Amino acid sequence: MLKDITLGQYFPGTSVIHKLDPRTKLVWVIVYIIALFLAKWFVSYALVLVVLASIIATSKIHLKVILRGMKPLLLIILLTAFLNLFYSQGDVVAQFWIFKITRQGIRNAIFMMLRITMLVAGTFMLTYTTSPIALTDGLENLLGPLKKLHVPVHELAMMMCIALRFIPTLIEETDKIMSAQKARGADFESGDLIARAKAMVPILVPLFISAFRRADELATAMECRCYHGGEGRTRLNQLRYAGRDYVAYALGLALIALIVVLRTFGL
Amino acid sequence: MTPIIELQNVSHIYSPGTPFEHAALRNVSLSIAPGEFVGLIGHTGSGKSTLIQHMNGLLKPTEGKVFFGGEDIWKDPKFTRQTRFKVGLVFQYPEYQLFEETVYKDIAFGPKNMGLSEDEIRERVYRAAGFVGIEKENMEKSPFDLSGGQKRRVAIAGVIAMEPDVLILDEPTAGLDPVGRQSILQNIRDYQKAQNAAVIMVSHSMEEIASNVDRLIVMDHGAPAMSGSPEEVFSHAQELVSMGLNVPRVTQVFLQLKKLGADVDSSVFTVEQGAQQLLSMLKGGGRDA
Repeated sequence: MLKDITLGQYFPGTSVIHKLDPRTKLVWVIVYIIALFLAKWFVSYALVLVVLASIIATSKIHLKVILRGMKPLLLIILLTAFLNLFYSQGDVVAQFWIFKITRQGIRNAIFMMLRITMLVAGTFMLTYTTSPIALTDGLENLLGPLKKLHVPVHELAMMMCIALRFIPTLIEETDKIMSAQKARGADFESGDLIARAKAMVPILVPLFISAFRRADELATAMECRCYHGGEGRTRLNQLRYAGRDYVAYALGLALIALIVVLRTFGL
Repeated sequence: MTPIIELQNVSHIYSPGTPFEHAALRNVSLSIAPGEFVGLIGHTGSGKSTLIQHMNGLLKPTEGKVFFGGEDIWKDPKFTRQTRFKVGLVFQYPEYQLFEETVYKDIAFGPKNMGLSEDEIRERVYRAAGFVGIEKENMEKSPFDLSGGQKRRVAIAGVIAMEPDVLILDEPTAGLDPVGRQSILQNIRDYQKAQNAAVIMVSHSMEEIASNVDRLIVMDHGAPAMSGSPEEVFSHAQELVSMGLNVPRVTQVFLQLKKLGADVDSSVFTVEQGAQQLLSMLKGGGRDA
């Protein structure tokens, strides 16, 4: 069912990961991605994997949820691995027709798969443990200095917040419209490609109409509450670093340092 | 007589294995007789919407079985789809599902999916439009140019055009003005009479329920808590209130009168019945004096 799409969803909880400052988590995701791309050999990958596993364990998010969220990406992951397998130069291990598999190819394919999977799982951890509002607050705060360069940071953050906020709503809406059309005998599962594309019309038209209606209503509601952009806007919850955030930053620094050391040794 | 719809020990769990796991139905067994007008009440989240989506095979029970005319609706996919034509389900705010260029085409969507002939479709569309009172000159208009109440009628006609044996409606009158409410309820009763169809109506208005249904099912925490005629159910005012529901206004008045010591029968749930009660009481009082 559509409802089971967990991309960008927030799973409320009380773990340390949930309680971390959103800025810490955002910086950590960047640190994590850098570490992942600096990783060169199995030892480094193992280290990043251990870090990811411990984050998942502390957050108390079920592994099943993360795996389910990955399902739509399975094709991309497999395709990348496949391309890497055949398009790498090096010592040929097996060969047939115009394809040849090299040792480097196998290694690259494995590393690529690991990298994408861990990259996605890591970023999932951010959205799973951070509410959209906290996330945009953190982002706006981190990008604050760019305001001096006339970058519309607040507007961008607000747009992101609204987009994230409406993902579950629109999924729910799609589900409802699909059910309503199915109740009138619509069939989305059978037929060729063209028939299936045509079958989407009864869903897309009402969905667009409702999205525009919602946007309109939201704009009115925001104006009614005198929203006028970021200028002079105060917050209910001020972002404040706690002890655990400093610990997290220290751990992030340690991770980067370790990876760099491992890299210089070619591990 | 075989029930037209029967549920046996049906349970439904949403999002199993996530923090959002939630049992919406718990071991529900009930049956609906052909031609019956059943009201379904319960506070928000009591499982009404989940329940009705099991009746036409939109949701598959996690446990238990659903029968239509004595046959398991999940026995094969073809039969499940057939069931959807025979058990028409009108969702809440059905006007949000309109998508076609013209009213005619939108109402024809269901019959077309049934694979009927052009002539048969045309006949059914006009018959359905007649039931809900859509004028002929509106048939070629875009449904988006109509008023809210008119859109609702078109959407209901879209389900009625399939001429189902069971018509299920989730709050068909929500958000309409009193005149619109009355006329839509009348349309539903007309359809029920003409087709001898069973009707299941979800509503939050106890007045609407009291004056329309033969039988009333009260849902609480994912299971039927009470079932019976409106007289029976509304005589348990205390229990209904504890479930976050209520009895019709008139019944409230009569319960209060009884509490104050007046000699009245509190099983009153329409204004007409109330007026009669009061009149006979006043007459009786006149004789005593």
